[in-house]
Amino acid sequence: MSQTNLLTTTSPHVHDGDSVANVMEAVIWALMPATAMAVMIFGWTALLVILITTLSCLVTEHLFLKLRKRPSAVADRSAALTGLLLALTLPPHSPWWMCVAGGVFAILVGKQVYGGLGYNMFNPALIARVFLLISFPAQMTAWPAVNPLFSEQAYSLGDSIAIIMTGQSSAPELADAVSTATPLGQYRTETGMGKTVQDAMGGKYTGYDEVRAASGLIGGSLGETSALLLAAGGIYLLRKKVITWHIPVTMFAGCLVPATIFWTFDPAHYPDPVFHLLTGGLVIGAFYMATDMVTSPITVKGQIIFGLGCGLLTYLIRTWSGYPEGVSFAVVLMNAVVPLIDQYTRPRAYGQVA
Amino acid sequence: MSENKTLQIIQDGLWSNNGIFVQMLGMCPTLAVTTSLENGFGMGLATTFVLIGSNAVISLIRKLIPSDVRIPAYIIVIAAFVTIIDLTMNAYVHDLHKVLGIFIPLIVVNCIILGRAEAYASKNSVGSSALDGISTGLGFTLALSILGATREILGAGTILGIPIAGSDFQPSLVFVLPPGAFIALGFILVGVRWINEKRENKA
Repeated sequence: MSQTNLLTTTSPHVHDGDSVANVMEAVIWALMPATAMAVMIFGWTALLVILITTLSCLVTEHLFLKLRKRPSAVADRSAALTGLLLALTLPPHSPWWMCVAGGVFAILVGKQVYGGLGYNMFNPALIARVFLLISFPAQMTAWPAVNPLFSEQAYSLGDSIAIIMTGQSSAPELADAVSTATPLGQYRTETGMGKTVQDAMGGKYTGYDEVRAASGLIGGSLGETSALLLAAGGIYLLRKKVITWHIPVTMFAGCLVPATIFWTFDPAHYPDPVFHLLTGGLVIGAFYMATDMVTSPITVKGQIIFGLGCGLLTYLIRTWSGYPEGVSFAVVLMNAVVPLIDQYTRPRAYGQVA
Repeated sequence: MSENKTLQIIQDGLWSNNGIFVQMLGMCPTLAVTTSLENGFGMGLATTFVLIGSNAVISLIRKLIPSDVRIPAYIIVIAAFVTIIDLTMNAYVHDLHKVLGIFIPLIVVNCIILGRAEAYASKNSVGSSALDGISTGLGFTLALSILGATREILGAGTILGIPIAGSDFQPSLVFVLPPGAFIALGFILVGVRWINEKRENKA
């Protein structure tokens, strides 16, 4: 009789208490400084973009799981994290319908059609960003100038709502947002016209210098700007052992090693590696996007191949493709080959032949 | 040919055994040319013409073809009809012909046509085979039209070139590009399965 009370399970038997919700929450906390900085730099519109995107992810997750007659997984915070990550890849003045379309696409096509969390092939936030970039190229590359909160040229809350909901500010003198180029965009456009890197980046128009780029005072997507705060969050995640160093470090190497080589030989046409590190989405991509547990390889060897591939593709796309920034494409492309990498890096059992 | 059999052929070709929705054949033209309702419909009708002709002729000569060389023989018959439709479209609907381009000659290798030749026309009478060609062809046209209309509405905000969405609507360009074809077809297949499930539950 007592046998029925004996519970037999396979290993692992010891659980350290981690859960999906814990991990997701840690990543969300790690992103908070950079998120706060984004709101500070770009004003209330940034906050609205983040709220609308996250909310549409949560609503889609809830409704779709209901449709599939599954228990709601909104509480595991994965949809909230997807929404936050997606919002951080969007421009500060993204219209509301684009935020909603992105949020719905991320959860519906990026995750749930594959069977939900754990089964998705691509990082949901990045696949949604790629979808938006291909669908709405004009809106996805409209970069308003940096408008810090509480500064003179900042939009009021009312104006910000008007910009996101109707596309224009109610105050006529602010009707047209001052636009700017992202440093990467500036570099590609100007060098494409035959200028040297120094001429292209020297103009005060972009106001690019290392200090501004590292702290975040440059045009770009919400989460592309403050490299320092993103890196701080990334180090927090490393300390908490939510992620390991393999993917971020190899991704930086994959992008910065070729950047250094080309820059050494021809500094007039190839920008220095620090420029590549501080501008665009390399930092957020390396710490938060590529490290997604579901869509990255399992083994250490696999993660190194994956990270190098992400970084190298980023450099190739930034330097020679039709797009100025390539982190999202690079990570999504490498996501696609993860099953192959896992297949070839499967550890061999001791003594097994071939 | 009994009435029941006729109905069965029509129902199979149009819905129950639809070349796209059920058999998933002929994906190349399906995904490539359905950027608008007009393109999808035109491609569907061109394929229907070839299907009717090839099914009828192959059924007619089915006893003369040695089974060892039947596939090349089918291809020659199909290619003859494709040449007819290619030249005819070039003459009378030149603009559509230009848009569909290489995909008109490629009807020769459309799996649905060869599939029907092998699976149906080589074993059945001329009348049934022609009818099978009509229903399979119209089922293909139906699928391409639905896919073309969906992609045109989402990707351009128009239907048959006429704007139907307000000026506030932002078309999503991805739907007129290749990835949009896969996404749209996937969701249409979900819809088809859902309808079939509902009908089964009722029966």
